[in-house]
Amino acid sequence: MGEVILTMKGIDKSFPGVHALDHVDLEVRKGEVLALMGENGAGKSTLMKVLTGIYKKDSGSITFEGKEVEFDSPRAAQEAGIVIVHQELNMLNHLTVAQNIFIGREIMKGKIIDDARMNQESKKLFDRLNISIDPTEMMGNLTVGKQQMCEIAKAISHDAKVIVFDEPSAALTEAEIEELFKIIRDLRDKGLGIVYISHRMDEIKVITDRVTVMRDGTYVGTLITKECTKDDIINMMVGRVIYEDPKTESKVPEDAPVVLKVEHLNAGKMVQDVSFELRKGEILGFSGLMGAGRTETARALFGADAKESGDIYINGRKIEIKSPEDAVKNGIGYLSEDRKRYGIVVGKTVAENTTMASMKDFMKGIFINKKKEDEVAWEYVRSLKTKTPTVDTEVVNLSGGNQQKVVIAKWLTRNCDILIFDEPTRGIDVGAKSEIYTLMNELVAQGKSIIMISSEMTEILRMSDRIVVMCEGRKTGELDISEATQENIMHMATQRK
Amino acid sequence: MAGKEKKSNVLAANPLLAKIGGQRLVVLLVIIVLFAFFCIKSEAFRQYSTILSILDYSYYITFMAIGVTFALITGGNDLSIGTGMVCYALIGGYVVTKLGMPVGVGMLVTVICGLLMGVLNGVLVAILEIPPFIATLCTMMIARGLGPIAAESMSVTWPQAGTPQGWFRSLFKITIGDTKYPMGFLWIVLLVILMTIILNKTRIGRYIIAIGSNKEATRLSGVNVIKWHILAYVICGFFTGLAGIAYAATFQAVAPGTGAGLELDAICGAIIGGTSMKGGSGSIVGTLLGVFVMSMLKTGLPYIGQQANMQQIITGIVLIVAVFIDVIRSKKQK
Repeated sequence: MGEVILTMKGIDKSFPGVHALDHVDLEVRKGEVLALMGENGAGKSTLMKVLTGIYKKDSGSITFEGKEVEFDSPRAAQEAGIVIVHQELNMLNHLTVAQNIFIGREIMKGKIIDDARMNQESKKLFDRLNISIDPTEMMGNLTVGKQQMCEIAKAISHDAKVIVFDEPSAALTEAEIEELFKIIRDLRDKGLGIVYISHRMDEIKVITDRVTVMRDGTYVGTLITKECTKDDIINMMVGRVIYEDPKTESKVPEDAPVVLKVEHLNAGKMVQDVSFELRKGEILGFSGLMGAGRTETARALFGADAKESGDIYINGRKIEIKSPEDAVKNGIGYLSEDRKRYGIVVGKTVAENTTMASMKDFMKGIFINKKKEDEVAWEYVRSLKTKTPTVDTEVVNLSGGNQQKVVIAKWLTRNCDILIFDEPTRGIDVGAKSEIYTLMNELVAQGKSIIMISSEMTEILRMSDRIVVMCEGRKTGELDISEATQENIMHMATQRK
Repeated sequence: MAGKEKKSNVLAANPLLAKIGGQRLVVLLVIIVLFAFFCIKSEAFRQYSTILSILDYSYYITFMAIGVTFALITGGNDLSIGTGMVCYALIGGYVVTKLGMPVGVGMLVTVICGLLMGVLNGVLVAILEIPPFIATLCTMMIARGLGPIAAESMSVTWPQAGTPQGWFRSLFKITIGDTKYPMGFLWIVLLVILMTIILNKTRIGRYIIAIGSNKEATRLSGVNVIKWHILAYVICGFFTGLAGIAYAATFQAVAPGTGAGLELDAICGAIIGGTSMKGGSGSIVGTLLGVFVMSMLKTGLPYIGQQANMQQIITGIVLIVAVFIDVIRSKKQK
């Protein structure tokens, strides 16, 4: 391990309503692989975005190669020698590998692009990395793994001195991960500083030299990988402090009937043989890391995506769900994690969104009964305390929390007994958050049943009566709230095959 | 900037004005200004017969434009309407002239052809998920070939006014004594009212607007989006069928191979009237006004010595302005 090449000190960043980074420190040395770890929302990505000039920091300093720097764009960071290999690849599928690597800085021969030279230069880069990719191949024909190699080659072609890998292994096969690690070790031995963001505990042990852990936007500490155990890291990630009182025991009566039973649900790679039961008046938490297949499970159950197999029973009766229409008919409502895209119809009013799922009840002959529609919408505006000037206000003008309430009103109007809340408080400020929690508790007290998908550990522990944990499309565990701890949930959530 | 704020203040202060819609008001003003301008500039324009010819041109365009408004509101388009309209009029006319059926049957056949094409367009777009531009471009080509084949490549002459079978022409223009009355305008008004109600007060309209504004969220609300999406194109086809009848009634004969380009007049009318190309909003009254801007230009410009070419240029400019207003509006929403 060599000298320090990059230091971030006291980095602070706030977004409206969220203190995303609270005086975070980070230090990268030459010739090391530093793991950056933390739960979803801990602030890892935000920190890296500050580093590469995608976000502007509020305060703090970044020192790179002994000089204080501030990049105003990813391009400026790139030119200085700091490059991110993103989880989602930014590749142009219809250009060749070489054209992708040199995009924006094409090698010219007079006024004409010199493709031959670019191919040669790309070949040299690949040789340096000991990988064999044909520079004239179309990018779209490569596997995700190979595309990532191209992304790395592109980084090196910028003379990168620090490379950040943002969850690089998420979409790779075992063999591809092996190859990736070989390249990373090579780069490290050449004296580059590597930052490796990943959730996969096993990989961290294999590939990294030090581990920096973040939690809730703060810096927790840094460990030498060799000298610590997996448990040490998990403890740092989840912390000892719990900010909101967790539930200690299930509030569901012993004899509460099972309202929903899902058996052997399969839908692609992300939903493999998932089975669970939901009881009347229960909040069933779905925990897991990003990409664990929880949303995919909910969408397959709701009929939003096609499922391959699996049986669904409601109140003991087997039902067919082929489309959201079927699900809604059977009393299931789905509140998407992405409200803007899947929850609300943006150009429409509060009243129109409220009745969207139950138009049939608002017809007077062939006409929409606008008076009744407004009455019901007002009723929910009052009971859910939605902050909106009128029910004729377009939902696009409401805040995230209030939009969420409109979506809840939509399903309550439809009288759904089973509600799937997918990340119910994502992007919602603290005050509105506890209102949504209160609301969910009221709903189950009224005999509704809730499936709550959440990436926030505190939310899971505070709201759930029972917890299903998923990892990579499989259900890896189920816990009653009385036996659930952050630690054992995290263990289940990282239980890779 | 100050001017814009002032305008939105005016709209906010006057809910009725806001409800009518800023753009539609502007379009109405444009029509009045154009009309006054032509009246002042040309004595010949100030005649009853001119108004009649403005209306004559507007009937079939208006029908198509009302229909295509529904396709546009879903975020789609229908390019098949212009060629389709002539195709259905050819087929309907063939049934009357060559097969000797009563003219009523011919009209029915015309409308049914439009409906069938609407179903086809709807299936292509909503079920096979072919982009609307491509799907309806293809059905436009099909209609272009189908019409002449059905009519054996000959012009079809629907029964003329004054003949026993020619009664259908008086649906649009009736002569009582020496005066001609534009009956077609009555149908237009009735249909505009009917379709405005359907668009704003029924589930059909509600869902079609919702699909155009966020199809996935609408689907996840348990709405059968495929059904309603197809229906939008069926409505469009139905009105194209009506346009076919109006076309046959307006002209002496229907010639194979014509009609291409008329869809653009209809689409322009809808857009000038404030229907968004991105879907999710639109107004039938606006569409009607938009069509009148177009037919006012088409009829009026020759009176002040400008020929068809100039009219094309001006229409182009008007359209740019109308679409630009839409762009500004949707940016403001973001």
